[in-house]
Amino acid sequence: MKRFAPYLLILPGGLWLAIFLVVPMVFMASVSTQEGDVVNGFVQTFNLSIYGDVLSQYGTQFLRSAGYGLVATVVSIVLAYPMAYWIAFRGGSRKSTYLLLVLLPFFVSFVLRTVSWKFLLADNGLLLSPLKSLGLVPDDFHVLQTTVAVIGGLVYNYLPFMILPIYVALERVDPRVVEAAQDLYAARRQAFTKVVLPLSLPGVFAGVLMTFVPMTADYVNAEILGGPANTMIGNIIQSRFLVNNDYPSAAALSFALMAAMLIGIFAYARALGTENVLEAAAR
Amino acid sequence: MSTATTSAPVTAPSAGAPAPARPRRRLLDRLLKVYVWLILAWLFLPIAVMIIFGFNDTKSKSNVTWQGFTFKWWGMLDQDPKLIEAVVNSLEIAVLATVITTVIGTLMGLAMGRYRFRGLGTVNLVLFAAIASPELVMGSSLLSLFVSAGVQPGFVTVVIAHVLFSLSFVAITVRARVVGLDPSIEEAARDLGASTWVTFWRVTFPMILPGVISGALLAFALSIDDFVITQFTSGALQTFPLWIWGATRIGVPPQVNILGTLIFAVGVVIAVVNMVTARRRT
Repeated sequence: MKRFAPYLLILPGGLWLAIFLVVPMVFMASVSTQEGDVVNGFVQTFNLSIYGDVLSQYGTQFLRSAGYGLVATVVSIVLAYPMAYWIAFRGGSRKSTYLLLVLLPFFVSFVLRTVSWKFLLADNGLLLSPLKSLGLVPDDFHVLQTTVAVIGGLVYNYLPFMILPIYVALERVDPRVVEAAQDLYAARRQAFTKVVLPLSLPGVFAGVLMTFVPMTADYVNAEILGGPANTMIGNIIQSRFLVNNDYPSAAALSFALMAAMLIGIFAYARALGTENVLEAAAR
Repeated sequence: MSTATTSAPVTAPSAGAPAPARPRRRLLDRLLKVYVWLILAWLFLPIAVMIIFGFNDTKSKSNVTWQGFTFKWWGMLDQDPKLIEAVVNSLEIAVLATVITTVIGTLMGLAMGRYRFRGLGTVNLVLFAAIASPELVMGSSLLSLFVSAGVQPGFVTVVIAHVLFSLSFVAITVRARVVGLDPSIEEAARDLGASTWVTFWRVTFPMILPGVISGALLAFALSIDDFVITQFTSGALQTFPLWIWGATRIGVPPQVNILGTLIFAVGVVIAVVNMVTARRRT
């Protein structure tokens, strides 16, 4: 009995994950190679050429998504690191309050916050109309429907997922190690670059994984804040699946995206382990 | 503005750090503190706009420019029955998904924190994949499954999806709590003649309860906020985020701001209470 106890405890959750996470991926692969339409039904024809077709048709959107994800991730690291650093080392007894403040925005729906940004950044909105009436920016200046708006929205929405893992890694740095470095005549800068920074890198990597992946697959920001020139691969997959009901090509695009990301995710897990991400998620 | 350091004792004998380093460091710390508050202000800016524009006396469909203060929208909350239905759906889904996730996630967390067993590595990897996979991919593969199996997407499929993406978070939160337990307390209970069942409910469970509660709160917050997976698995069902998405093109009415504000207020109260009680316990 005792030997089976862990398996019995795992069973319900394990089955849920197997049936609704692993099995659907197989079905997605199957749907991607079917042919037909939603009225007459889809037939499995093992049409592998669809992958070549959709990848050449939507290569631009794939590359654009990866580019946006990359830029937004780099900006997030730059913005998040000093903040995580200050909370971890100077937050004192208020650390958990600051962390709570970082997480509180999540109680407002992600879509509603993005819509709020749309209103803020609108041509006649709260931010631009005063600037325009003061003559600080030209009248035809606009932020919405630009790359900057989409990348800004991505950074805004996913920044907490960068702050949290970096904070978790920094908080674990023993201050005595830093003191030891200073006792050994390391300048403050050296103590940071040679001791604190390397120790916090696992947190940065975890943050990169937790932001780059969802940012690249995002379609909400491009839809609400961007224009026709900012279409990301998520927008294509979403509209093919839910608007056009073109399941095979949507499934093929999603499967290709998933394959690329799973390779990255498992390479990450192999190289760096799963603990940093799991620990940050437990916060 | 006291420049005299209160915390650090004077380090005259070491002479390692030159004297000017200290004021510079304090300046840097202060700048960083200002920076932290600026980022927090940025994170809260759209939320402040959402709250304020719930009181906007707007005449047109688009609630973008300030037209004067009014309470009238609070009295007209139930004007759009579809919107109310969407909010109720969101709440029902969140409650049901939270209950299921908390039960099966706690069991997983117990197993992972307590036992070393074959397959633990695989479980870890699957939980990790569930956290790291983009919602778009999870949503589209679930839709592929439902389409292939001939299942009509709706309430049940949304609950299934919400349990799926919050399960790992609950399992990991509970695991963290289980790992921190002192096994000798349970041994003491058993030495005093308590059965396994009694030991669990009277000793183990109360000790892991804070982890279970934070896990449940997280599951609820993730569910009520979710958009992407919900859009893929909802069919014709509307939830609050889906309704807003549909309304963005024609204009979001002030009632949405008010409902968003109410949900936010409840979330803040629960999170603060949870933090304060957690602090008191430790």
